Amino acid sequence: MTYLKPLFRHPKLPKNKIGYTLKEYEGTISTLCAGCGHDSISATIVQACFELSIEPHLVAKISGIGCSSKTPAYFLGNSHGFNSVHGRMPSVATGANLANKDMVYFGVSGDGDTASIGMGQFVHVIRRNLNMVYIVMNNGCYGLTKGQDSATADVGSASKSGHINPFQPVDLASLAVELGATFVAQSFSGDKQQLVPLIKAAIQHKGLAFINVMSPCVTFNNNPGSTKSYDYVREHMHATGTLDFVPEREAINASYAAGTDTAVTLHDGTTMRLHKLAPEWDPEDRLSAVNALQQARAKNEILTGLLYINTVFGDLHDILNTTDRAFNTLAEKALCPGEEQLQTINAGFR
Amino acid sequence: MSMQQAISRPRARINNFVARFANVNGTGSASANFLFAKAIFRMGIPVTPKNIFPSNIQGLPTWYEVRVSEKGYLGRREGIDLLVAVNAQSMKQDIESVRTGGYLVYDSTKKLAPDLIREDIHYLGIPMMELANENFSNPRQRQLFKNIIYVGALSVLLQIEFEVLETLLREQFAGKEKLIAPNITALKLGMNYVRDHFDYPLDFYLERRDLVRDKIMVDGNTACGLGAVYGGATVMAWYPITPSTSVAEAFEKFASQYRLDPDTGKHLYAVVQAEDELAAMGMVIGANWNGARALTATSGPGVSLMNEFIGLAYFAEVPAVLIDVQRAGPSTGMPTRTQQSDITLAAYASHGDTRHPLLFPASPEECFRMTAACFDLADRLQTPVILMTDLDLGMNDHMSAPFQWDESRKYDRGKVLNKEELDAMGRYGRYLDNEGDGIPYRTYPGTHPSKGAFTTRGTSRDEYAVYTEDSAAYQRNMDRLQTKWETAKKIVPTAQFYQESNQSEIGMLFFGTSTYSSEEAKEILEEKEVQLDAIRIKAFPFGTETEAFIRSHKLVFIIEQNRDGQLRSLIINEMQMNPKKLVSVLNYDGMPITADHIALQISDYLKQKNAVPHDLSETLI
Repeated sequence: MTYLKPLFRHPKLPKNKIGYTLKEYEGTISTLCAGCGHDSISATIVQACFELSIEPHLVAKISGIGCSSKTPAYFLGNSHGFNSVHGRMPSVATGANLANKDMVYFGVSGDGDTASIGMGQFVHVIRRNLNMVYIVMNNGCYGLTKGQDSATADVGSASKSGHINPFQPVDLASLAVELGATFVAQSFSGDKQQLVPLIKAAIQHKGLAFINVMSPCVTFNNNPGSTKSYDYVREHMHATGTLDFVPEREAINASYAAGTDTAVTLHDGTTMRLHKLAPEWDPEDRLSAVNALQQARAKNEILTGLLYINTVFGDLHDILNTTDRAFNTLAEKALCPGEEQLQTINAGFR
Repeated sequence: MSMQQAISRPRARINNFVARFANVNGTGSASANFLFAKAIFRMGIPVTPKNIFPSNIQGLPTWYEVRVSEKGYLGRREGIDLLVAVNAQSMKQDIESVRTGGYLVYDSTKKLAPDLIREDIHYLGIPMMELANENFSNPRQRQLFKNIIYVGALSVLLQIEFEVLETLLREQFAGKEKLIAPNITALKLGMNYVRDHFDYPLDFYLERRDLVRDKIMVDGNTACGLGAVYGGATVMAWYPITPSTSVAEAFEKFASQYRLDPDTGKHLYAVVQAEDELAAMGMVIGANWNGARALTATSGPGVSLMNEFIGLAYFAEVPAVLIDVQRAGPSTGMPTRTQQSDITLAAYASHGDTRHPLLFPASPEECFRMTAACFDLADRLQTPVILMTDLDLGMNDHMSAPFQWDESRKYDRGKVLNKEELDAMGRYGRYLDNEGDGIPYRTYPGTHPSKGAFTTRGTSRDEYAVYTEDSAAYQRNMDRLQTKWETAKKIVPTAQFYQESNQSEIGMLFFGTSTYSSEEAKEILEEKEVQLDAIRIKAFPFGTETEAFIRSHKLVFIIEQNRDGQLRSLIINEMQMNPKKLVSVLNYDGMPITADHIALQISDYLKQKNAVPHDLSETLI
């Protein structure tokens, strides 16, 4: 079945700096269940790209397999997407990014796609600090195969049928910090106010920006006793702070209590203002991020917001010392050493 | 006719022998043995060295076999005329491997045990260790120069020109001149010992010729790496595995030399050592999808792991280049031995209905040319293309035609639409077959602000890349992919014929590294008045010329290096050939196939069927 959205939009929709309305950032109608957290995340991606005035065609959306991996069809319809194979989004994104460093790369994955079959690629894309936004839409279960527990399901969490998960969960945010990710954030699909600036910061961060988003599965994992239900996540969320951009005209209205402010300058020169809630925690200090995550876990809290950022470490292109020109723009002249060099090479084998 | 005769056919005594070196892995023997082979090459004499090495870094037995052939035969030959035995572990087996009347050169510092004495071979004892200990003080040097001492000894026994060896050493140690003098000293120790103690030369020896001409001596993996640089690859993603690792290393070596941004010195290439073969293939697909040329190199176990991704690239129609340096399988098999046993795996890699173009190089020159060609083919066909080389071709040095590049050649990027073309057309459909060749138009991400974007996926979709589970749309797509396969038949390299028109009712068919030995076997059989027509396959899908060859012969021997006759199965399956007329000639012991082995199997078969070549009985067909 093909889902096409009505083309009509209100004629006075606000435009961004490059003259686009939100419409230019939308995708096709979602085929996910009504109320799915993933659709909210798609909407925040649309909002974030609109607000940053990104050319939609200069974004590439790459995903694996699963409910979450279907979402790239539902946002940024003018961007190329690649719905690849299960758990392998990071490698496809790595190749794509190497081919053209001048685009924004969105990697969209789920908890099954990342924490189980794709764990290896998740680990290694972090090691390489690929310049991309890596979003996990985390609902603790396998939705497309009808609700089996995933590796991020908390021990003791109850499934819809009442089955209690006996296994320890994989904590993706902690793991990302541990692995040296240069941007780690955690959020909730129901908290657009927090998620939009996080995604904007993630896009502007040069390097791997990992966002673990709790995104409840309304159909299979939204029952009492589940630790990934809307109610549970709302009750156990603990925001680390709020994010804002300088210079951005309109500041985000923070709905959290006041704390201290930190300014972080990103690679592209923009400044991100982080409004911290916990004074003892420094988002540029990995140890304090690890500490904060472990403490939250001990208290059954879901720590949200920007947890860690490192703006110094170079991305994969820096590490490999690649040219400033996109590989996919290079032709024979730049790529082929030519016959004369070949004769020299031949001589070396005589 | 008796094959015994064929095997013991009289050999010219000049420039015609096999020498084997039995060494301990990790003792520096490789460079000494290469010096020996390269010196023969420099004397203008065709030479084929082969490394027979263990899956080990230090300590296990390793052999280096050098075939010298005035006639220019480059396949392996059975029967060792001269064996340099410097490995106590394998001594007994090594001595047994020498042909009657052959020679054993050994280290006589210690006396040979009586059970190692054979009456039918000659023993040439040289106190290598003693000479090394007397003349060198450093323990590592003593070990290394022991190897050079035997090269010196052989140079007198076989008449290698001293000046050639000296020049090679000077080239090898350019920049490290201090090492030249002790190497020359070691050479002379061996030379003088032979002059003082033995008659020389032996009854087979070398004589300068002009048979090498402009040829080069290089291994296939180096040629593949270079071919990828010339073919325009910018991304090499790989995972270490013998015997393919040196493809990636060669790519990086040449790229670091010839692929630097002239303005900044930055790299016009990226080499990523991936976490596994799956990721390597994923990166290749991602890069190709985004408009760069990318490749990976692996061996059978890696191809097994890449299956899912290969199927994705086939179905989503993303170009990809894969170099499969085959080794003996299944499973880990014999990782340092050669085979042509990934044919079935590669041809149909992945679940569902899939087929992939394969190219079969037979020489380093073809490794270079075909690797570059793979990129054009993959782009034109928007599908994975696999270069089927193997350990023998990839890791051994081969005498080869030199590499050539046509300066006017342009990369063929296939059907890719740019912004202007998108503007000029109506609705863009990624999977529309506009020309009837099954090949649709691609767009690279980022081409146009509002047109040409689509979602690439491994799921079914319609002509406009919109997800669909409509049966008719799915089937149309599968049929179009089959149309594309028909197009592939017309653009992959055609087979090589060894005769202008059929001379016989019997044919032989071979490919890849079975080529040299098959060509030689053809001549051996001709000497015995068995006339065979021959064809060399260079690619899959098979062209009409191959089909015509098989149809026009009553019997075709298919020569390959695997147990199951995989190419034969592919021929039966793809061209609906009668299996009864296709006879397998196989070698699957992990050693490169030899001409004698092929000739013997063919003549045995014909003898068994009581068929003389000019009068093939109908019952045979």
